[in-house]
Amino acid sequence: MSTPSILNIQDLHVWFRVYGGVMKVLDGVDFEVNHGEKVGLVGESGCGKTTTMKSILRILPRQAIIPKGKIIFQGHEVLTMKWRELQELRGQKISMIFQDPTAALNPVFTIGEQIKDTIKYSGIAEKDTETIKNIAIKALRDCAMPDPERIMKNYPFQLSGGMRQRVCIAMALATASNLLIADEPTTNLDVTIQDQVLNLIRTLVQEKGTSLILITHSLGVAREMTDRIYVMYAGRIVEMASTQEIFEKPYHPYTRGLLNSIPKLTGEGMMVGIPGHLPNYLNPPSGCRFHPRCDDAMPECRIKKPPFIEVNNGHKVACFLYKG
Amino acid sequence: MKSRHFIIHRLAWSVFVLVGLSILIFFIARVIPGDPARMALGPRAPQWAVDNLVKELHLNEPIYVQYWLWLKGVLHGDFGTSLVTRRPVSADIKEFFPATLELIVVAAIIETVGGILLGALSARYSGSWFDSLVRLIAYLGVVTPAFVWAIIFMLIFGYVWPILPILGRIDSNLTVPPTVTGLMTIDSLLAGDFEAFKSAFLHLLLPALALAMGGMSQAARITRASMSENLSRDYVGSEMAAGIPMKLIILKYVLRPSLIPTVTIIALDIAAMLGNAFLVELVFNYPGISRYGINAMLTKDLNAIVAVIMVIGLAFVVMNFIVDLIVAYLDPRIRLQGGK
Ligand SMILES: Nc1ncnc2c1ncn2[C@@H]1O[C@H](COP(=O)(O)OP(=O)(O)OP(=O)(O)O)[C@@H](O)[C@H]1O
Ligand SMILES: [Mg+2]
Repeated sequence: MSTPSILNIQDLHVWFRVYGGVMKVLDGVDFEVNHGEKVGLVGESGCGKTTTMKSILRILPRQAIIPKGKIIFQGHEVLTMKWRELQELRGQKISMIFQDPTAALNPVFTIGEQIKDTIKYSGIAEKDTETIKNIAIKALRDCAMPDPERIMKNYPFQLSGGMRQRVCIAMALATASNLLIADEPTTNLDVTIQDQVLNLIRTLVQEKGTSLILITHSLGVAREMTDRIYVMYAGRIVEMASTQEIFEKPYHPYTRGLLNSIPKLTGEGMMVGIPGHLPNYLNPPSGCRFHPRCDDAMPECRIKKPPFIEVNNGHKVACFLYKG
Repeated sequence: MKSRHFIIHRLAWSVFVLVGLSILIFFIARVIPGDPARMALGPRAPQWAVDNLVKELHLNEPIYVQYWLWLKGVLHGDFGTSLVTRRPVSADIKEFFPATLELIVVAAIIETVGGILLGALSARYSGSWFDSLVRLIAYLGVVTPAFVWAIIFMLIFGYVWPILPILGRIDSNLTVPPTVTGLMTIDSLLAGDFEAFKSAFLHLLLPALALAMGGMSQAARITRASMSENLSRDYVGSEMAAGIPMKLIILKYVLRPSLIPTVTIIALDIAAMLGNAFLVELVFNYPGISRYGINAMLTKDLNAIVAVIMVIGLAFVVMNFIVDLIVAYLDPRIRLQGGK
């Protein structure tokens, strides 16, 4: 029934060795993206969204270990990939827009230098300088950057936060081919530019048939941009359904809490939010990691990890309230 | 435009520092106890001879007059007469300074190349046996004083396994090339005497290495630390994600910001070598300015003390200036924001 997927993550575990122990951050993430599909990933800060994405490109920091799991991209296992193949994956197949543009840009090189190297290793152009420069300028202009030629000569610290973000987006969009990962791409942008950038991403995805993973804190943006949404809590996917279903018929208590916390447009009603906070990854709760915050928790939630199962056509949830 | 402004600013600052230093050292040298004229002439000299020397040195004048007279001389290249060698101090400096300069240039090259290379490799392969070895050596290098290295090298390469010369500047049965620059290696090349050049160069190696060990270790440690730090920055992740090869990321994108602290340390260490070379020069019987300076202090040879300190001060100022230029080149934030 499903179209062949471009990315398939199964039971991914990622731990961080830190002073004082091991942080068991990702605890069995299942995640799939189909060809040309736009997938959203939501969940509160610290739940492991960025960590999941970095695993796909194998750019996790040194102290990370992956004790278990599979990441299949276009039929190839990423975690055991040879250096050369990995290089091709990073440069030519997957692009990522990083969450923090200030940190993602090298402070002591010009924008031009960085954007040109990015394009050079993306395999989209012959490597002559003139072509590369033109692609770079066009990419910047596409992202509503005034005077791209001048921007190329600037250093990151000479640009505003929003401009830096657009530079990062431009780099990713210029080189995206099979999969674009956008980790909160519009947080620093004002509403007009935000719309412009989102439209740009949408157009790119449509024209090139690029698949998209969009991480966002704005459920509004997720609703507008995606076909399907994954909800993550403390290193696990707790629910997945088509965007429409998630908003209309959320199953998991966490998803329901998340939707309740959107401030209503009418201005009535305060943000509800979910009481409590994410667990300590050094010593996470047993069973379902959400049970300490869950109003519907049952005895078995403390003991067993709920399986991530399909409870309705294409709608999966990891919660003992629902049986497949 | 901006970089010219930056350079002028730094030059003015350098002159200011040098003048301040000269005033300070001039006064300190004169207020420390001991009568220089008496010390120069010895305890048995008649009082009238001492009085004459005092007058000749203007030691009976108020100190600001002495300073003024000294400054007038310096502006004409005259640092006064040494009470010990009885020659113009400037002639002594001209003789001893190039020897130490030569030593320091070689030491600086060893320190810079060795320190950066070891630090960078150690950071790249952090956790490996190579990294552990470098860290151990660097640790030993930092805690062991230069003269101890000098003695160790001398024992190893001079006696146990005698492959390098250990005393003086050049083989005693070779003719010393005519002095042009005062740098033995350059002078022998100018004279077209390659054998002398080889000998002069080999004579530099052990003292230079001994002198460089501490700074090289320091530089390796700092480079390692700052490269590790930069390697864990987000931009490395984004550069990797863009498919830029790891080799290019390290050699270009990570090395440049990592060198900023290293450059500062190395340059100041090099300037400090002028003073620190004393024991190394002593061990290797090397006729350098550091030895000359210490002798001047022991004999309270006023003009020589002030001149040597001014030379060392000048070296610091020049090195600082060079550091500022290199750091400004490496870090655009400094270059473009006006040297803050
Ligand atoms: N290098 C690291 N060392 C130790 N812990 C880390 C490291 N990187 C991430 N973590 C931990 O992993 C957890 C998940 O982090 P991650 O960045 O994936 O969260 P996120 O869902 O992207 O959050 P946000 O919405 O704030 O970006 C956090 O608790 C964080 O502290
Ligand atoms: Mg994140």
